[in-house]
Amino acid sequence: MPDHEALHQHESPAREVAAFLRRRREQIAQRWADEALFRSVFTVSRDEAVEAGRVVVDALAQVAETERVEDPDAEAFTVVREQLAGMAAARARYGLSAAQVSREVDALRVPPTDLLATDLADAPAEHLRACTTALTVLTGTLRLVVLDTALSEGQALIDRQRMQLLEVATPVIRLWDGIVAVPLIGTLDSARSQVVMETLLEAVVAEQARYAILDITGVPTVDSLVAQHLVKTVAAVRLMGAECVVSGIRPAIAQTIVQLGLDLGTVVTRAGLADALGYALRGLGADIVQASGGASKR
Amino acid sequence: MSGTAARVDARLPIRSDRDLVWLRQHVRQAAALLGFSLVEQTKLVTAASELARNTLVHGGGGELRVEQVTEGAAQGLRLTFSDQGPGIADLEQALRDGFTSGEGLGMGLGGARRLVHAFSIDSTPGVGTVVTVTSWAARPPRPREGRS
Amino acid sequence: MSDGFLSAGTGAVPVLKLGDVLLVTLPGDLHDGLAEQLQQDIGEAIVRHRVGGVVIDISGVEIVDSFLGRVLAEIAAGARLLAARTVVAGMRPAVALTLVELGLTLPGLRTALSAGAAVELLGGPDVVRPADRRRGDG
Repeated sequence: MPDHEALHQHESPAREVAAFLRRRREQIAQRWADEALFRSVFTVSRDEAVEAGRVVVDALAQVAETERVEDPDAEAFTVVREQLAGMAAARARYGLSAAQVSREVDALRVPPTDLLATDLADAPAEHLRACTTALTVLTGTLRLVVLDTALSEGQALIDRQRMQLLEVATPVIRLWDGIVAVPLIGTLDSARSQVVMETLLEAVVAEQARYAILDITGVPTVDSLVAQHLVKTVAAVRLMGAECVVSGIRPAIAQTIVQLGLDLGTVVTRAGLADALGYALRGLGADIVQASGGASKR
Repeated sequence: MSGTAARVDARLPIRSDRDLVWLRQHVRQAAALLGFSLVEQTKLVTAASELARNTLVHGGGGELRVEQVTEGAAQGLRLTFSDQGPGIADLEQALRDGFTSGEGLGMGLGGARRLVHAFSIDSTPGVGTVVTVTSWAARPPRPREGRS
Repeated sequence: MSDGFLSAGTGAVPVLKLGDVLLVTLPGDLHDGLAEQLQQDIGEAIVRHRVGGVVIDISGVEIVDSFLGRVLAEIAAGARLLAARTVVAGMRPAVALTLVELGLTLPGLRTALSAGAAVELLGGPDVVRPADRRRGDG
């Protein structure tokens, strides 16, 4: 049993809480191991859950010691940040909402609060209240750190997936020796336009293609930004020593381009992919002739 | 991670065109180390080259400070070019394309601004000029912004 | 007049003569002084050897800033005055994207995918591609 006399005379509440956490480290970690958050993350070994709990208690004690119970940026939190994020992420994967995870973290407050009340049973009510408040603020900050970390982890995941999606959505087709095409489908935003540009340029090098066709049949709208990207792509392809043809400009889009007053003057355009291919083939010196006996076409 | 900072953070002199070569190499290596894509590396190095030449030609020489910066999970590179030259009287005009008071194609400041994620300039006539640029790696391009 | 290295004197960027064409291969990074020296060397070599074309291979060049861009444009313009055509070959995708973003599209410059394609281009008729004709150069 702790020696009460030596402890809570005139210590600041935060320091008092720090001393309490160090003293009761084992009991808190043991009880945390049975809380939903720890129990459901460390399913195999209870010892691991207890060990994880000890690390978190240590971090909290350190934060309290430096009187920064309200500061989520306190250095001591960085030690446990990764671990807590991993735990929150595991719960999120399990299907819990952010609010539910938050509630589970909040539940960690109960065991130390009970213990604190026991320890300070003989202390003046005023002091007990101050210490309990400090502990509550501290666990509240812990909750903030966990959520913040979990959210930024989630953002990183979304960013990664967005990049993967961008790459998947931009296929390069080799139409002929020296001719590559990139068909675009869906809305072109800044990020996608960038990927399209890079993909097309890489394909020009890889295939040593003298013609690159950008087919926008599947693009619903062209605004000034998309038009700007088209002009930039054409200019970059030319700098590399090839020519870029834009095909599949639908009548409605042609109207928009005219109405917006966009200048596509330097861009070679063709109505359809077939026309663009014909243009490129002729540019390569190929003749397109009708096989005898075939049905007559334009 | 502190290991990369040691190889990224630097102060480089800008006194001659040979310094520019060394400076470009350092920025390239630093950007590669922080996970910049090839295109982002090239853009940042080109911007650095433009700005360093400005420092050399218009500022009468100066120095480049290279720093690693972190925001959440994102790694970035901040480049600060400073000189004690005559300064720029009309910043707006200097940033406009086609404006040039020396050699080049008048793309220096305005062009460099388009190649980086953040750009700021502070210039006092008679005191000098400080240009700070920041670019980020491993962060997918942001959704469309309201830029014209 | 035989083919081979020409600019041994300057010790800078080597200028090679191949038949009717000068071939210049730029290193990964060259300082401004060297670029200006090269501009001069090429002009002199065109006159001395009466070549009809210049191929500048930049496939090894990691960045082209506005200074080097200007040097390339001036080499081409100068060569034109000396009745020689210039083709810049092998620009890397990242370099091309950066130049465009920089606002430097170098409209007067002829380009090719590789040094080989550039020599081929110079061997053909003066105006080769419809796109070039539309822009009114060549």
